[in-house]
Amino acid sequence: MAATTRQGFQHSLEDLQQNILRMGSIVEQTIAKSVECLVKQDAKMATEVVEGDVVIDDMELKIEEQCLKLIATQQPMAKDLRKIAAGFKIITDLERMADYSVDIARTAQRILETGQPLIKPLIDIPRMAELSQVMVKQSLDAYVREDTELAYTVAQADDQVDQLHNQVFRELLVYMMEDPKTINQATYLLFVSRYLERIADHATNIAEEAIYLATGERKELND
Amino acid sequence: MADQQPKIIINNLNFYYGSTRALKDVNLEIKPYAVTALIGPSGCGKSTFLRTLNRLNDLIEGVRLSGEILLDGKNIYDPDVDVVGLRKRVGMVFQRPNPFPMSIYDNIAYGPRIHGITNRHQLDEIVERSLKAAALWDEVADRLRQSALGLSGGQQQRLCIARLLAVEPEVVLMDEPSSALDPISTLKIEELIQVLKEKYTIIIVTHNMQQAARVSDYTAFFLNGEMVEYDETEIIFTKPRDQRTEDYITGRFG
Repeated sequence: MAATTRQGFQHSLEDLQQNILRMGSIVEQTIAKSVECLVKQDAKMATEVVEGDVVIDDMELKIEEQCLKLIATQQPMAKDLRKIAAGFKIITDLERMADYSVDIARTAQRILETGQPLIKPLIDIPRMAELSQVMVKQSLDAYVREDTELAYTVAQADDQVDQLHNQVFRELLVYMMEDPKTINQATYLLFVSRYLERIADHATNIAEEAIYLATGERKELND
Repeated sequence: MADQQPKIIINNLNFYYGSTRALKDVNLEIKPYAVTALIGPSGCGKSTFLRTLNRLNDLIEGVRLSGEILLDGKNIYDPDVDVVGLRKRVGMVFQRPNPFPMSIYDNIAYGPRIHGITNRHQLDEIVERSLKAAALWDEVADRLRQSALGLSGGQQQRLCIARLLAVEPEVVLMDEPSSALDPISTLKIEELIQVLKEKYTIIIVTHNMQQAARVSDYTAFFLNGEMVEYDETEIIFTKPRDQRTEDYITGRFG
């Protein structure tokens, strides 16, 4: 398609998507850090995650304003409109993911406060975090490139995260049954697993937005 | 609304100005009691198409038409059709308001008088009803005897709509009815269109896509004499099927 007119608008749309990608990459790092501070039992890093949330909230507001301004001044239609509408929802998903990361960091702080060392080496939880990060990246790439195939890949990864969450649950259950002294920390870890599972669901929402942008169709990938 | 018979059915319509083919095999069904918007770039044939619907193109020399336009199932190009009667049923509002140089009252009463109504009381009633239907009554009730040319552009346009309604048409064609008006007058016309569609079938040509999106239920996109895409307005403006429609409505045309 030859974009011979509205180059300024086209440029603004590209700028919007770049900002969403930038926000996405910070959210990815935040997810990674929140689990890392838990695994490494690093209080300083946990504080960084909690305090870094304002940056992400601020980005969400700025991008939201950018979307509103484009709607108010450019009267976007068809795919342009879908791009902006999807952008609106994507930044909300990203902001929620960052909030869950903060929840994970706070949980890490609480576990540290108990003084009890980790009851088990964490394997599945870091794996869930890695998968979630990849999902965030891929879902945003799918949105920017209008790549439906990549969007469906994200949905498959979400199934893996769900399975890991179930696995973590069963495993921690066994720990708790064997030794009541683990119940406190195991419950915290269960929360963490649940937060990661929610983060992956939000990434799946972004993949749905990518499909909507590319096709105009709404597809439910979260089931 | 969906199961109602189309008010107008256009079958394989071709239209020529001399050797120039201005409309190419247009097929379209116009739904009753709804607003259908015709959009497209200048010279795409949308105004020509609009004028074929009440045979206004008949007045131009050297034009030729093939195909058929069925109004309630009857081809309006059949030899036995009374063109004046047709234009009473299918009325038209133009881009620039064109009130007659006479009083507000006489503008409205003009049509009914031509169609044989002379009873004073009856005419009063028609004038009031038409002006009310065109949302103009409150603004002019106290000066019906004054010249229509003293009205503002927006009022003149609503007067033209009232004049049209006075002869009780079934279909109202509008050729960019608000392109010469200020934003507030434009919104008044748009609100009026929403009210009118309950009683009339409305077809509107507009260059203003936001207007098409705001006022119409269905939209047809024309390009180079072809009707490229027709669908519910909501679909045309959020997820058109044809890339040419997409390019046009997102402003990336040409």
